[in-house]
Formats: sequence, C-alpha cells, structure tokens
Amino acid sequence: MEKIGRFGDFGGQYIPETVMTAVHELEAAYDKYKDDPEFNRELRELYRDYANRPSMLYYAEKMTKDLGGAKVYIKREDLNHTGAHKINNVLGQLLLAKKMGKKRIIAETGAGQHGVATATVCALMGLECEVYMGSTDMERQSLNVYRMNLLGAKVTGVDSGTATLKDAINEAFRDWCSNIDTTFYCIGSVMGPHPYPTMVRDFQKIISEEIKAQMLEKEGRLPDAVVACVGGGSNAMGAFYDFIGDKGVRLIGAEAAGRGVDTPEHAATIAKGDLGIFHGMKSLFLQNEYGQIDEVYSISAGLDYPGIGPEHAYLHSIGRADYFSITDEEAVQAFEYLSKTEGIIPAIESSHAVAAAMKIIPEMGKDKIVVINLSGRGDKDVYSIARYRGVELDEK
Amino acid sequence: MKNRIDACFEDLKAQGKKALVTFVTAGDPDLATTEKIVLEMFDKGSDIVEIGVPFSDPIAEGGTIQRASLRSLKHNTNLDQIFELVSRLRDNTDKPILLMMYLNTVFRYGTEKFFDNCKNVQIDGVIIPDMPFEERDEVKEYSEKTGVRAIYLVAPTSKERVKMIAEESKGFLYIVSSLGVTGTRKEISTNFNELLAPLKEGNYCPACIGFGISNGEQARKMADYCDGCIIGSAIVNIVEKYGADSVEPVGEFVASVREALDA
Repeated sequence: MEKIGRFGDFGGQYIPETVMTAVHELEAAYDKYKDDPEFNRELRELYRDYANRPSMLYYAEKMTKDLGGAKVYIKREDLNHTGAHKINNVLGQLLLAKKMGKKRIIAETGAGQHGVATATVCALMGLECEVYMGSTDMERQSLNVYRMNLLGAKVTGVDSGTATLKDAINEAFRDWCSNIDTTFYCIGSVMGPHPYPTMVRDFQKIISEEIKAQMLEKEGRLPDAVVACVGGGSNAMGAFYDFIGDKGVRLIGAEAAGRGVDTPEHAATIAKGDLGIFHGMKSLFLQNEYGQIDEVYSISAGLDYPGIGPEHAYLHSIGRADYFSITDEEAVQAFEYLSKTEGIIPAIESSHAVAAAMKIIPEMGKDKIVVINLSGRGDKDVYSIARYRGVELDEK
Repeated sequence: MKNRIDACFEDLKAQGKKALVTFVTAGDPDLATTEKIVLEMFDKGSDIVEIGVPFSDPIAEGGTIQRASLRSLKHNTNLDQIFELVSRLRDNTDKPILLMMYLNTVFRYGTEKFFDNCKNVQIDGVIIPDMPFEERDEVKEYSEKTGVRAIYLVAPTSKERVKMIAEESKGFLYIVSSLGVTGTRKEISTNFNELLAPLKEGNYCPACIGFGISNGEQARKMADYCDGCIIGSAIVNIVEKYGADSVEPVGEFVASVREALDA
C-alpha cells in the first residue's frame, strides 16, 4: 500500500520534530473538514460571492485564427478576485485555520500574488497576517508589497541566501517552529510536507472541474491538451487534476528556463533537477553534487523556485504530464502577443504557459482543442517587462 | 568495537558527571581552524563534539549558525573535505564525534555511501534536524548496518510522541529545549519535568538538552533534568567574533561550562 502523503516516491513529511504535532493536527483537521458539507458549502459560497468563481472559459478566436492550428480556449483565473488562482487555495486554508481556532497566519510569497491573496483573506476573516518575502522580490514587486500593507498585513523582508522565494519559505518555516501554538502556515503552492501538496491541490482542483464542465457545455467533449505554468505548481495541479484519468487529454507544464536551461540562470526543475529532500518533501530540486540548493533565476518571481511540487515530479516520472522549458524571451513575447491579440495582459508566470501552448497549437489540427490556464493577470509585471524591453517608465 | 557514544555515557555515569556536547560548523572560518577548535574543545572538557555540515538552506537554524554555514560555503566546504577532517582528527582523539546535517546532504551523497564513509573515518553518530521519526527509514537500515547512530530529536511539542521516539533511540536523545530555531536564549521556559516524564518510565538511552543554552549556569540548570547539555550557537558566536583566532576563546568558554557542570 502507498504510504500516506506520497506520490510514488515523492512527497513525505521531512520537517523538524517541533512542527510534527502541528502538521498532524492540520492533517486531522483537513481530513475532518474536507468532506464536511457545511465546510464545503461555506467554501463554495466564498468562491462564488467573494472570489468571483466560476472563472470563465474564453474562446480565443483571434489567437486561434492567427496560429492556424488547434482551437484555443483560455481559462480566466486572472479574473478572480486578487487577480490570480492563488485565492482559491487561500480561502480553503484560512477557512480551515478559522475552524482550527488559529488567530495568526503566516505565508511566503514570491511574486507577491500568494501574499496578496493571504493578506486579502486575512482582512476578510479578521486574522493577523505576516508575509515573508525575499528582499530581491520586494524590489521587483513593490506594488504588491504596498498592496499587502494596504490590506493590513505585515510584510517581512528576507535577506538571507538569494533573498527570493526559497529564502522566504525558510524564514516562514522558522517562524512556524517558533510560534507553532498560535500560528497557521498558509503555504502557497502544492509543496511542503504532507498534507500541503494534497490539500493545496484539492483547493485548486476546482479549476479543472470547471474547465471540464465548461468544455463539455461549449464543445461537448474534453480538450486535447491543458497547458499551465509551473513554479511550485499549484495552478497546474489545479488545472490538471480532474483530467489525470482522462488519458486522451495531454497535460503540459511550462517551467521557467530563464536565460536558457544550458546557462546557470534558470529555474527549470524538471529539465535539470535531481531527486532530493528539501522544504518538507522528497521531490526534484536544482542542486549541486553535494546537495546544496542552487540559486535559480527567472524573469518571473513566481516561478523562481529551485524545486517543484511532489505530484508534478510523480506525473513526470510516470509520463502522464510533459514539461516544457520556456525562456524569459519566449515568455515576454507571449506576454506581448496575448496582450495585442486578445486584449488580455497575462501575468509573466502565465505567459510561460501561453508560450508553451504556442509551440504545440500550430502543429495540431483545427479539430483539436487546447486550454491554456491563465493563472494570473499581468498588471503587476508591466514595469518589469518595460525594463526588459529597455523602456524607461518615469511615473511610478 | 563498542560505540564511543555509549561508552562515553557509561563512563560519565560511573563518575557521576553530566555530558557536555559542543558544536562547531565545519569550515568556519576554515577547516584548519575547525580541526584545532574540535581538539581544543575536547581538551577543555567536551565529552562529545558535533561537527556541523554547512547547508545552503538550514531551516532549523537561527541567524548565528545560518551565517556560519554561509561563511563556510563561501569557500565551498564539502562533505568529502569533512570526512577528511574527521579522519585527521582521529589521529589525535578517540572521543565521540557526530555530524549535524540536513537530510538532503546525506541523501544526495548517497545514503549507503555516506554511512560507509562515516564508519570508515569513525564518525559515531549523525543528527538530522529535518528528519522526523516517521521518516527514519531514510537512514535506519544503513545506520544499523554500520553502527553509526542516528540521533533522534524530541521537542517541547512532542508530548505523547516522546515515548515512541525514546523507544527506538540509541546513543542519546536530543531534547530541543524550546520552540523555534537554534540560537542563544536568555530564558528557557519549557516544563522539562513534564516533557521528560515518559523517559523515567523505561530503560531508555541518555538524553541531552540543546538549543539556546548560552552559558555555564544555564547548562547546569538544563543538565539537572537529564544526562547532559548541548551548546552550539554560543560557541559559533565566538568563532564569528574571533575567526582564525577563536581556538583559545572557545577553549576558555568550554572550560567555564565544564566547570559549572561539574560544580
């Protein structure tokens, strides 16, 4: 029998003894509430009335015609409240935290989307909120830092290591070890120790459930491929999950190749990572021969992580999902393309998914259908894309 | 041969003494200094030394040991060099030496090869703070095969887990004094009588308290609850301050703690 919290060899609970009791409490609470009708009724109501779900499945007609291949549909997670899929998970976890009687919430954030979502729901539910964010990321995403402050959260900069997402997670873990009795750690992706990868995926799987229903309604059949970007991998797990059993649906993750997978500056864990144990889980990590975790790089702060959720490592290992490496340049081109073609400015993270989809769509027949999960909106990225293109914007 | 950790605690018990376990990060500021510090600590009264293997992302460490790891990794200290270090140390000491390290370092090196090398250079045990009891199968088979002890940890939150962990522990049980990460603390407020009560109910291996102990007086207090105490960050603070000249001040500090423990 499979061990609890494992996806094949991947997953597990590799955390200090200090937090074991808390993780077991969380496991028990999640097991209790996940099938509880009242909990699910409350969550569905929040999804609908607060987060603006279901998100629409949009037929991108111009893009379809322009690319001349498969029919393109875009799942509009960017239209959720707070502008990304992150809110789905946060509403679930914080509703659970409330049921558990926790008053203080901590979170890590890379691009700031998970931090903003956490700060938002903490404001809604009257919970104290502290968000850890690498100081490098605070610089590239200053707008989101201010947004979190507006929402009443404390944003704590992390200077250690590379001062990005992995260091923010290290610091959040350390906080959790110190304040375990009062504090709920709201992890933003399908990573960390069990039950997080499963729980976060369950709170995100509504994406694939909706895609399936909407696709059946619009086309009377399932899509041929679903494409999503992967950092830790929560929007992709959400978009893939309900299709895993549908073997005819190709699942494609797009990871960040930065300046190229053959340069030292990328975050392409599936392409270049090795099996390791870090941040509570056994999975693939970018690391050196002695197991030191690599500094990674991507233009996208949200994909700038040296590991990947264990269920993705598993789906990759059994060949159920394919993972493409998308460079900064390809992502920026896709960012500009979708803006001009469909009037939708995608998050630079999601632009990696658009770029991956654009590689396969022209090769596919016109009778095929591809769904791109547009995990977030790109307003936050406008400055950094301008900078990338060498355009100076004065007014900040 | 009898495991040095077991022999050490038996000797201490016979003498009515408490164990002093001290820690230093390998390669901070360089491996030659680490070698001298380890010998000096043994000379000034350490019973057991833990050598910290630097890791890029030490999630259980406070600022002091994080910074020491970074200083060490700046000049690419690696596990093979640390095996060589212990091998050299074995020319001059027969006291127990442990490695304190993160699981990824063991796993990536190859767990079997890691334990074989530990045995070859005579490392007596390994402490892995991010490997909880439930994941002990990662190392158990190799630890048992080589006789290199995997030291398990117990925390203030462990409660009903204490007995379960103690039952499988060998060498000694590492009692984490407080919530949080490593680093010196002014006060340690855990109720050890309550936490450690289950240990009195069976014939378990010795227990030592670590995390946050900063001076002889605190060490004495902690050791009263169990069989010894573990001091890390207080020593690493001295190394941070004096660098290559830290051998003597570390020795003085260790001697002062020894004196307090034996008083």
